[in-house]
Amino acid sequence: MKCRKCEQTAVINMRQHKLALCKEHYPAWIVEQTQRFIEKYRMFTQDQRVLVAVSGGKDSLSLWDILWQLGYQADGLYIGLGIDEGLGYSDESRRLAEQFAAQRGLHLRVVDVAETYGETIPQMAERTTRGKGRPCAVCGLTKRHVMNRIARDEGYDVLVTGHNLDDEAAVLFANTLNWATGYLLRQGPVLEARQGMARKAKPLCRFYEREMTAYALVRGIEYIYDECPHAVGSKTIYYKEMLNKLEVDRPGAKLSFYLSFLQARENGLFVASSENDSQTGASGEALHTCPSCGQPTTAPGECAFCRMVLQVREN
Amino acid sequence: MTVKMILRDKEYEVKPGTTVRHALEKIGVNSESVLATRHGELITDDEILHEGDVIKLVAVISGG
Repeated sequence: MKCRKCEQTAVINMRQHKLALCKEHYPAWIVEQTQRFIEKYRMFTQDQRVLVAVSGGKDSLSLWDILWQLGYQADGLYIGLGIDEGLGYSDESRRLAEQFAAQRGLHLRVVDVAETYGETIPQMAERTTRGKGRPCAVCGLTKRHVMNRIARDEGYDVLVTGHNLDDEAAVLFANTLNWATGYLLRQGPVLEARQGMARKAKPLCRFYEREMTAYALVRGIEYIYDECPHAVGSKTIYYKEMLNKLEVDRPGAKLSFYLSFLQARENGLFVASSENDSQTGASGEALHTCPSCGQPTTAPGECAFCRMVLQVREN
Repeated sequence: MTVKMILRDKEYEVKPGTTVRHALEKIGVNSESVLATRHGELITDDEILHEGDVIKLVAVISGG
């Protein structure tokens, strides 16, 4: 198959776009398209400070690489989770994130969970009610807390994550199965800042996971290939595999699912459950301020993260 | 001689003369969930596989 632009051998064929590109034109197309999405969804501008959540995986490192090429003021945030499982998973992902930053002269902010809060994610998961058998729940809560804290306290205008279209489609699918309208209302390329919550954006939300992997390979980005040992068998991965079965038979099905949802949301399909929805949680409840960390919480008193850390310290 | 396809720690053998897409169907791997590489270079699904080819498949799905 030939490249649409130059007749060289293509390295990827994007059936949903009927577009095949070579190893020169493909990464350039990804960069151009990312800039288009940043502008289309009014994510951020060249004057603003961007914090990129970096895991050492293909999506976040590719996103940082793209923003760097586009000339944005983008710093990285790596959160050391302390996941080992005999694989040295977190050590390796940190090494790759630091190597990436050093190669490009970029600033990487590192927060080590064990150093900051006393224990690693697997240790917290063992010792807290929230984490019993569910380290991913502890991990998600911790990452959201730390990302918001750093973005807010260090004056970043926007926190960006490497969520791709497959991530978004899988979440959308899960939320649709449960008709979780509060979450459906909030899902989108941009989540505006709310009381104590940093503004968030997902510049890769219209690229397939396959495309981001191809971008990382073509650009020679070294990323952590192995799956997080705790994610094996997760619902998200199951939903992604299901959606890919659909995609094989109907190219563009995932893209259409996500874009039609965004259009429906824009057209008012999902209505806020309270008048001032910007100050409520996903289910419409009023937000309060955590007395310990100052971050928003849906119930009065300490937020879920601070309660978890307190439980770790008391046990 | 056959074509060898490698995905993580699994190896598959397929007949030469077929496309990547057809070979993936034969071994039961979803073509949307992997990228195929030959000699370290990405190849598209319509590429014909030749005798002795070693195709490394890169899994693309991640996330918890």
